[in-house]
Amino acid sequence: MHWFELFFGAMLVNNIVLARFLGVCPFLGVSSRMGTARGMGLAVIFVIALASSMTWLVYYWILEPLGITYLSTMAFILVIAAVVQFVEIVMKKLWLALYRSLGIFLPLITTNCAVLGVAVLNVREGFGFVESLVHSVGTASGFMLALILFAGLRERMAESAHDVPEALRGLPLSLVTAGLMALAFMGFQGIF
Amino acid sequence: MKALQERLWAGLIKENPIFVQAIGMCPTLAVTSSATNGFGMGLAVLAVLLCSNAVISLLRRFIPDTVRIPSFIVVIAGFVTVVQFATEAWTPALNRSLGIFIPLIVVNCIILGRAEAYASKNGLLASIFDAVGMGLGFTLALTTLGGIREILGAGTLFGKAVLPAGAQPALVLSMAPGAFIALGILLALVRVVQLRRKGAVAAEGCGGCDLCGEGCPMAGKEADA
Repeated sequence: MHWFELFFGAMLVNNIVLARFLGVCPFLGVSSRMGTARGMGLAVIFVIALASSMTWLVYYWILEPLGITYLSTMAFILVIAAVVQFVEIVMKKLWLALYRSLGIFLPLITTNCAVLGVAVLNVREGFGFVESLVHSVGTASGFMLALILFAGLRERMAESAHDVPEALRGLPLSLVTAGLMALAFMGFQGIF
Repeated sequence: MKALQERLWAGLIKENPIFVQAIGMCPTLAVTSSATNGFGMGLAVLAVLLCSNAVISLLRRFIPDTVRIPSFIVVIAGFVTVVQFATEAWTPALNRSLGIFIPLIVVNCIILGRAEAYASKNGLLASIFDAVGMGLGFTLALTTLGGIREILGAGTLFGKAVLPAGAQPALVLSMAPGAFIALGILLALVRVVQLRRKGAVAAEGCGGCDLCGEGCPMAGKEADA
């Protein structure tokens, strides 16, 4: 029950985009088509799972014993950049099909603040290794859920774009739509 | 002095990171539940941007092109750590309300963007001016958005009550959905002003003019407006 709560709490109640405001740039940037949204979502789940395990290990096995936890921000961003590079190389070598579908999203993920944000949150909440893995995958699933729902809305809206006043077209309307989605997601509060 | 003016103008108005370029959205949405928080976040970003632009500009001849992005990130991460400790020591209340968004300044696209687009190509003084302009532009945008959300969502501004006693503030504006909606409407308003100005230039300058294309003296101005 504890794991269930942790996973769905991270996915729905504290949705990373709509309640915590992390990863808003890719949320607005790659949500115009359903296919790309799915690709980006999967790539983020994969990278977040790997990067948050690595940052957890780096924090508790290297930084803490040495008493240099104040370097965590710098260490985390380097670990994330390295993980993304590594994933890209390994994928290209071993799973070419997967690389072809996710590859283009990988470089974008280094600057996705959701990845660094989850790593920092895991440490701040004092999660153990498995807890932080469950929390991270839940959070990343929440990102994918929000991204796919939003892409669905935007595909519909694109069909009637000419009805929208010129000043609201594009980003402003996307932001207002995201706000209404966030309002709907607030309904999950108090479930657990 | 002219260069300073030009960079300040660019950062505050012409290339404002939020209103015009629309980058660095995460902190903009997350910390603007009050004008004070927006202002504090703006200053924190300004401090990091100033230091990183200065250092990167000084190092621009020594950083090999192939590893420039990781090098920039290391420089930025160093200054973010400094700012994190400074806010923890001197403004603990602000540090608590900004929370994880202070370490996340590392991945703020504005800072890496200015390092890549400006500081790595320009001299020290020009890069410092650029950082001040962009940082103040970001602070202006965050304080404006924070002010609007605070007045409408809580009935206060910088912590002081401003709405008349009977008025009921719309609580939703100080919560997550309000951030998206308020920023969306603010951007639309900015765009209305831009479209108006563009329309005015077109009507005055190009009305009835057949010489459109490269020879048109108004072409550049129109694109800027």
